[in-house]
Amino acid sequence: MAGLVSIRNLRVRFDGNEALRGVDFDVARGEAVGLVGESGCGKSVTWLAALGLLPGKATITGSVMLDGHELLGAPASQLDHVRGGRIAMIFQDPASALNPVHRVGRQVTEALRLHRGMDGAAARAEARRLFDLVGIPDAGRRIEAYPHEMSGGQNQRVMIAMALAGQPELLIADEPTTALDATIQAQILDLLRRLQAETGMALVLISHDLGVVAEMCTRVGVMYGGRIIEEAAEADLFARPGHPYTQGLLAARPDMAGPRRRLEAINGGVPEPWNFPPGCAFAPRCTVMTAACDAEVPALHTIATGHRAACWRAG
Amino acid sequence: MIRFLGLRLARAMLTIVLVVTFAFVVLRMSGDPAMTIMSPEAPAEAIAAFRKAWGLDQPIWLQYLHYFGAILQGELGQSMRDGRPALVLVVERIPATLLLTVPALLLKIGLGLPAGIYAALHRNSLADRMVMAGAVAGFTVPSFVLGLLLVLLFAVQLGWLPSGGQESWRSMILPVITLGLGGAGILARFTRSAMLEVLGQPYIRTASAKGVPWALVVRGHALPNAAIPTVTIIGFMIGSLIAGAVVVESVFSWPGVGRLLVVAVANRDLAVVQCILLLVATTMVSANLIVDLLYGVLDPRLRGGGH
Repeated sequence: MAGLVSIRNLRVRFDGNEALRGVDFDVARGEAVGLVGESGCGKSVTWLAALGLLPGKATITGSVMLDGHELLGAPASQLDHVRGGRIAMIFQDPASALNPVHRVGRQVTEALRLHRGMDGAAARAEARRLFDLVGIPDAGRRIEAYPHEMSGGQNQRVMIAMALAGQPELLIADEPTTALDATIQAQILDLLRRLQAETGMALVLISHDLGVVAEMCTRVGVMYGGRIIEEAAEADLFARPGHPYTQGLLAARPDMAGPRRRLEAINGGVPEPWNFPPGCAFAPRCTVMTAACDAEVPALHTIATGHRAACWRAG
Repeated sequence: MIRFLGLRLARAMLTIVLVVTFAFVVLRMSGDPAMTIMSPEAPAEAIAAFRKAWGLDQPIWLQYLHYFGAILQGELGQSMRDGRPALVLVVERIPATLLLTVPALLLKIGLGLPAGIYAALHRNSLADRMVMAGAVAGFTVPSFVLGLLLVLLFAVQLGWLPSGGQESWRSMILPVITLGLGGAGILARFTRSAMLEVLGQPYIRTASAKGVPWALVVRGHALPNAAIPTVTIIGFMIGSLIAGAVVVESVFSWPGVGRLLVVAVANRDLAVVQCILLLVATTMVSANLIVDLLYGVLDPRLRGGGH
């Protein structure tokens, strides 16, 4: 598959604390890739940094290439063209991600005007079509509604319609179902899967839910402590996890079949940014750590075809 | 909506009645107009006659009932000093006061809003710190101090502007600046914090993420949301157009409502004081009512229910 986005050694610091410690990650055209990890591991920050959406106090270094063009440090006018036009992003809590004083239709037509030069009746007609596409019933009337007049699931559909308005090549869905009820979650995931198949856009699904990622994605990256620590095809990762952290995550999931067993937890917690171990960030919680783990940060290396892990013992 | 309006209107009326009642009782308990107006050396019969003529010999509750009945008929009483209707005395002073307070309001808005927005957009920059230091100075320095400082500098030292009176448009400059700076400082601070609050909201990030240029994010997404708290402060300022210049009018000997109030209080000219307080309460309450209605226009979440 042809490369679309290529992230190299991406580092982000907030007030001296490192949030990202050198992220390497690629997204190919049209693929659905998952990014998993617990809160604070840097999943969202990676993409907010890539799109220049972090607050000004963040220091960002490294490289984010889109189709061979560097995004980091690009002028605002160029980024405004990329954001929403080539890479769109939807967020966790749709109720607060939509502007409360603007009608939802207007928030969609704004993206149409910016990226497709549509105005007036044409933009409204396209907004109605997008509302139909994302499954908002009675689209003609609902485009006149305000966000507070709609449910969380409907608002997330509006967010998706808004993201589709620019016909992006990549959609970043940052925990798109975390704030929603279980039944609505399934509907939104179905919708994302269908839209991805229909439009051919690439999808990055950021989630802490391994089940959701397994269902939606063909490739998965696992993040821990501001780095990617394992990356593989979905089936491969779930069948043969190489990193002890990934193994721990999988062991902590309940089985759907088979006898009941005690769920295993990973001991300890993520180290604080100011108290990071010199070597592998997972070493203090790792059950199989060795002296080498404390000495040096293990690099992401290939342990099987298309399967990379950042662990001295893996492979 | 009708119910909401009716409720607000009833509350507004109640507020006015409370102000009027409070003013009536306090004024009557705080000194005897007969002594002030007639002088204590006047013969006892003359003072008694004065009291009888103005109804001051009656019990206070009866006076209040008479007064309240008169208000309901639009009768606001006569000045005890020159016998003219209190309302006429007050109303003829209003244009002079507005001549100061309206330009001062424009100065507050014209200076405070942009300064607050700029400070919020450049948070923690040198410009932000300077704007905020200026704002704090603007509203912590009492207006009589600021007024006297301006007189000292521009009238006494430099001789550029008159120190008081109402001769020409040049007499307006110092009082308008004195009135406007403090309000501009307050407005700048409120606008800044309202903007900062809004700029941190997820929908601002959404707007940026969909490719809206920053200037448009500020104008189209942040400002309409930040307007809601800011309008409250501006409404309050509009409410004080009539009575907001008491101190400044005294400092600059400006013949407006504020100075009439000071003189009337000193003279115990009860009808005039009460008339001014009624007018002040009415404008303040009306301004608040308009702000309440504006909320509904600005924020769709507040429409319809009034909650």
